[in-house]
Amino acid sequence: MALETTELRPLGKSIKRKEDARLVRGQGRFLDDIKLPRMLYLALVRSPYAHARIVGIDTARARALPGVHLVLTGEDLAKLNLAWMPTLAGDKQMVLATDKVLFQYQEVAAVIADTRALAEDGAALVEVTYDPLPVVVDPRRALEPDAPVLRDDREQRDNHIFHWEVGERAATDEALRASAVVVKESIRMPRVHPAPVEPCGCIADYDGAMGKLTWYVTSQAPHAHRTVLAMVAGLPEHKIHVISPDVGGGFGNKVPVFPGYVAAIVGSISLGRPVKWVETRTENLTSTNFARDYFMDVELGADDKGRVTALKVTTVADHGAFDAAADPTKYPAGLFSIVTGSYDFPTAFAEVDAAYTNKAPGGIAYRCSFRVTEASFLIERAMNSLALKLGVDPADLRFQNFIGSDRFPYDSPLGWTYDSGNYAATLNRALDMIDYRALRQEQAERRARGEFMGIGISTFTEIVGAGPSQSFDILGIKMFDSCEIRVHPTGKVIARLGTRHQGQGHETTFAQIIAEELGLSTEDVLVEEGDTDTAPYGLGTYASRSTPTAGGAAALAARRVRDKGRKIAAHLLEVSDDEVEWDGQRFYAAGAPEHAVSMAEVSLAAYTNLPAGMEPGLEATFYYDPPNLTFPNGAYVAVVDIDKGTGEAKVRRFVAVDDCGTVINPMVVEGQIHGGLTEGFAIAFMQEIAFDEDGNCLAPNFTEYLVPTAVEAPKWETDRTVTPSPHHPIGAKGVGESPNVGSPAAFANAVMDALSPLGVTNLDIPLFPWKIWEVLRQHGVTE
Amino acid sequence: MLISVTVNGQERTADVEPRTLLCYLVRDELSLTGTHVGCDTTSCGACTVLLDGVPVKSCTVLAVQVDGQELMTVEGLEQAGDLHPLQKGFWESHGLQCGFCTPGMLMTTYALLERNPDPTEDEIRRAISGNLCRCTGYQNIVKAVQYAAPLVREKREAAREVAR
Ligand code: FES
Ligand code: FES
Repeated sequence: MALETTELRPLGKSIKRKEDARLVRGQGRFLDDIKLPRMLYLALVRSPYAHARIVGIDTARARALPGVHLVLTGEDLAKLNLAWMPTLAGDKQMVLATDKVLFQYQEVAAVIADTRALAEDGAALVEVTYDPLPVVVDPRRALEPDAPVLRDDREQRDNHIFHWEVGERAATDEALRASAVVVKESIRMPRVHPAPVEPCGCIADYDGAMGKLTWYVTSQAPHAHRTVLAMVAGLPEHKIHVISPDVGGGFGNKVPVFPGYVAAIVGSISLGRPVKWVETRTENLTSTNFARDYFMDVELGADDKGRVTALKVTTVADHGAFDAAADPTKYPAGLFSIVTGSYDFPTAFAEVDAAYTNKAPGGIAYRCSFRVTEASFLIERAMNSLALKLGVDPADLRFQNFIGSDRFPYDSPLGWTYDSGNYAATLNRALDMIDYRALRQEQAERRARGEFMGIGISTFTEIVGAGPSQSFDILGIKMFDSCEIRVHPTGKVIARLGTRHQGQGHETTFAQIIAEELGLSTEDVLVEEGDTDTAPYGLGTYASRSTPTAGGAAALAARRVRDKGRKIAAHLLEVSDDEVEWDGQRFYAAGAPEHAVSMAEVSLAAYTNLPAGMEPGLEATFYYDPPNLTFPNGAYVAVVDIDKGTGEAKVRRFVAVDDCGTVINPMVVEGQIHGGLTEGFAIAFMQEIAFDEDGNCLAPNFTEYLVPTAVEAPKWETDRTVTPSPHHPIGAKGVGESPNVGSPAAFANAVMDALSPLGVTNLDIPLFPWKIWEVLRQHGVTE
Repeated sequence: MLISVTVNGQERTADVEPRTLLCYLVRDELSLTGTHVGCDTTSCGACTVLLDGVPVKSCTVLAVQVDGQELMTVEGLEQAGDLHPLQKGFWESHGLQCGFCTPGMLMTTYALLERNPDPTEDEIRRAISGNLCRCTGYQNIVKAVQYAAPLVREKREAAREVAR
């Protein structure tokens, strides 16, 4: 198959992906494709109630079913001290419930049987008697003093999890009081679910003779999972082998450890046989981790000329029944403090109070670098409201308030140092592409005819690449990442990294980085991830951190190889080390470019013909601790036409100009942007995990949780500006999440822009047609 | 129940429970794991296979229903080491990221090009509207099908020439 290119100097080129060779043939190896000899299957019994005391669990009929090998309850796990497990957020979560359940679909028992179907038969035979308790689904209600206390395992007798704040409260209040204009909005980012097409699952395979657990798992962070397992289950870490095979999409969903995983491991250890658990879609949407669920109140001040003066945000966060958010330890509200966005605020203050409710646990970073989507949505929506209030063009308001390109590195009022950006150039490019002034003209004409057309802008700044070790860790483990490179005698390379891709294309893009640094072709470099026995330690792939962290490690490990290569080249060229030059592909003697050796020749010499005293071999490992985060940014413009008959906001055009610094593979970057924009569109218009007042999940499968098909998905027009990160080894910033972070506000702003003649400034997303239709009806303008 | 079915041109027999779904026959009994399972409500299309040439969601067909019929899965697309034009199209046009939806997309679009060799963008989008992809945003999948369509037509022409 000759589709792959053999190009040298591959960085920045649209090289076709290496991993596709197996994926287009249906030869990917996903978790559920793995079948081990003597393997058993696990199914979970789940609670139908959102809050109830467990009166009794009768497993006799399930145990009696032929083919059932084991039934586990919370009581069984309690004997092993495993009824609860720690969460990444420092809380604890029930593995299997013992005395009460706290959300609908909570895990209550596990049945292990010969086949998938028999395990489910067995699960249906487990009889659980419940005594329902009062349910709390709204986090604002949960924080009221008379709300029922949900977590009676805690000493603290309320539902409050944490208070977090940043910035200057008094100075911000003062600045808001002094501002000529203040806009206030209550902005909600509803509960959503990442819902990759492949659900979560694992196979636990415990070898009692060797005391070794092999754990195949859909994991975005295999090393972190191994460490967590060592801590939770008390197994020695070197005897846990985590293998994350091909992963069918993650988007944050596959970062945490779930009760089904622990139950499968206990099952395998107890039975001495491999145990597989793969969740159904319903289990995925109802129990394995939601995202967002932030209720944000914002006050944004400006002077009479429209210059922003202060920003204040007060937030209530719904974390569900257990705080299983996956945030760096020191940041319980993630990186929400990026909330001042692309604008030069003199002062700001933000606070978040998190609450328990009778809903599934989580608070994961869904295609987002820890609450950055919430922050970006808030500031971009608030800027839209400010433009409406001032009666100025939202693009002009942004130009007026951007952090100037000459201000970088820029210290934000909430404590970040932005690395680089040229926000005005990026927005200008987007406005040119969409012909903004002509669109405004057209809008005026349509408005005069009673039509509702809207143009929405979002000029977001992200914060990704967690992160520098002085402030970023998860369970104490610093958030560096790593790359190990081995160059074999014939000049072919195997590189292993601590990250784990789920569709991002690392097998190609990291090969491009390494090939570029070593003067090789990407075909010469095999990239492997996801096997903890072979890959160096790293924290995994989420929060757009792979390129900023592991990508940096790859470049620097390759430079270590090249440094040794230079010494070997000196020996081969018979010159001194400092007389050796590198032209990007070959080492040559200074002043004599024809006197050169290639990396392949140097590689062979590393095993056959070394300078005296040099250690043989050609390998390097780099653990890269980034000096700062990176700050990708972009300018998005959406155009919508509202159907007065149905309330549907039809997306006519969408232009996305991204600046993610140096681009490794433009085709892959564009693909990421298409995908992220489609998810952002879904968040703005379709996706919501809603609950009724009894805590019943109203979107437990794809018939109610609406993810876009090819018919709804808009067509995307993309371009980029390139402002490299000054501190990243190749200037790259990370891009996978920008479109999902930046686009929901562009859509919502377009709808508010369309409805602004009716005096509407804010509607909660998702902007279902019925919501918009209701507004039109109230104003008597439906058709 | 013993059933026999032609899978990618080969006669296969299997002993299945009456309740076994076709997707599990294909994946577990026939070991053709390219057909994926992504939901339990016939929504995602990751499990799409061709049954007598018609795309079906194999999670919504009982294995016993296909007794005596002809099945084609993603593993049947490549012929004598030559990738099908759609497989080339997905690769060339970056029509896949994680690749989990890809086999289903390939089978659905294979059937589309069989009945409509020159589909418009709208026709392609409608044809794949029963197949969910969370990674690509569909735009490059559309391109992949547009890349493949003329190649499939050429192939068909060439086959006709030979027949003549
Ligand atoms: S698995 Fe068949 S449609 Fe989803
Ligand atoms: S490529 Fe991942 S779901 Fe389509």
